[in-house]
Amino acid sequence: MATLSETILGAREGTYTDRRVDRAFCCDGSGLQTKVIYDRIGAPGLASPGSLSIIYDHIAPANNSETAGLQAELRAFAKDEKLGFFEIGEGICHQVMTHGYALPGEVVIGADSHTCTLGALGAFATGVGASDMAGIWVSGEIWLKVPESIGINLSGTLQDNVEWKDVALTYVSLLGMDGATYKAIEFIGDSVQNVPVEGRLTLCNMAVEAGAKTGLFYSDKKTREYLAQFNKTVKDQIPLDPDYKNEYDIELSDIEPVCAVPHRVDTIKPINDLSGLSIDQVFIGTCTNGRYEDLARTAGIMKGRRVKVRTVVVPASRRDLMKALENGVISDLVSAGCTIGPPGCGPCLGAHMGVLGEGEVGLSTANRNFKNRMGIGASYYLCSPSTAAISALYGEIRDPREAE
Amino acid sequence: MTLLTGSGPAVCIGDDIDTDIIIAGRYLRTKDRRVFVEHVFEDLNPAIAKCLNGSVLVAGKNMGCGSSREQAAVALHDAGVLAVIAPSFARIFFRNCINVGLPVLECKDIGCRDGDIISYDCITGWVEREGKRFTTDPLSPKMNDILQAGGLVEYWKRRLVR
Repeated sequence: MATLSETILGAREGTYTDRRVDRAFCCDGSGLQTKVIYDRIGAPGLASPGSLSIIYDHIAPANNSETAGLQAELRAFAKDEKLGFFEIGEGICHQVMTHGYALPGEVVIGADSHTCTLGALGAFATGVGASDMAGIWVSGEIWLKVPESIGINLSGTLQDNVEWKDVALTYVSLLGMDGATYKAIEFIGDSVQNVPVEGRLTLCNMAVEAGAKTGLFYSDKKTREYLAQFNKTVKDQIPLDPDYKNEYDIELSDIEPVCAVPHRVDTIKPINDLSGLSIDQVFIGTCTNGRYEDLARTAGIMKGRRVKVRTVVVPASRRDLMKALENGVISDLVSAGCTIGPPGCGPCLGAHMGVLGEGEVGLSTANRNFKNRMGIGASYYLCSPSTAAISALYGEIRDPREAE
Repeated sequence: MTLLTGSGPAVCIGDDIDTDIIIAGRYLRTKDRRVFVEHVFEDLNPAIAKCLNGSVLVAGKNMGCGSSREQAAVALHDAGVLAVIAPSFARIFFRNCINVGLPVLECKDIGCRDGDIISYDCITGWVEREGKRFTTDPLSPKMNDILQAGGLVEYWKRRLVR
């Protein structure tokens, strides 16, 4: 019948459609590039300023005066034009948008590739570049090709200390870095109702690492409960016998802790093959795994113990940081020797706050381990927060199932 | 204006070229487009940069994957690349190229070597290597309009004047 993408976009797969954008956002970097292009277009004004947001997360706080100057320019523009503005420390754009801004059934466009994260709430959410965002500022619309969809069928239950991140790395490996190019991924099956929203966000976040336009969960009871915290009342989305191009089955109890090894996200190894590999730094955070639940799992493993390597923890948002403070999670992490960064992207994009040096090896809960991305000449392994936490305690990669 | 047909010597690069390797994150915080050209492909092979002006960039599958940074497309465009040809593109990079006025053609592996003369035609949809012709997937009318205008800035300028 119809996939969720087809239902939201109101057209069949393969169709080009000009679609009104319900919510659009930029970060500090893409926002500035968007403003440059918007100025060059010379439009009389913004089509729909109330639906536009700018969120300072990528280099936040600014790393030098040049960046600070550019950020000041964009900040002033946001104020003058009455755009929604989120200052440094509010958090990563995708996480902030889960706080009652991106809603089921909406078309959500972000000038950042990981905008697909928000499909976890049943939105059609995808990333674009600065020009496309400037086009939305000017017109309130964007052209989209309605994607074909892939179904990922989840069944069973995860083992203890195996995480949604392990499922995400496993499905990206299954599909390959271009396995879902131009397509949408819908997560379906008997177990989807048991996937918590934080896990849905992790799974959808990595859809772009398989080339997908977006990843989607149908909104349900868990979505309703999550958005009710932000006083949003939403309806369930019911699958309409969707017609998938391909389907993949993932039995959750078969999933093992894994790492993506340098320098490809789709090349994973079981944790046992890497056990004992020496690391220089651990980074826990990002739009993949910087949420309260990720920090709490990390603290649960580290509590009362001491890290052996430098460990940088960056909460995904102020809200996640607040909850972690209130519940003693931050205290446990700091006591264990972790360094806490301000909410935002941290070193993920390789610009500041914990990039590695030549020859160093990092273990990270981020979504990309591209060559040189988080430090020139460095190597990055990607993993779950539990794997990162136990490995930090030993200074080498360890199996999180060893944790007490 | 962007020329939708042309020809030039090939510069060949591999599969899964990500936008970080086209232009690294550490060079993005500027309004000066020259910075992007100055550092294009710096982490892959800086020698490539010298060959880009007037070339046709022939990439492997999944060209431009990763970050949405439009500076990657800007860097190639401003370095003088005439067009980018690949068996498949990461979709954001594909859109970005069109939006900055850089022709993109999706074509199966044409078995290209550096320096081969490559001709292309975005409107009819073909690529030629050393006289051998391959058909390409046509762009949508809107993509052609944007490209023909020279990118999204010019496209919107014209629409707003009307």
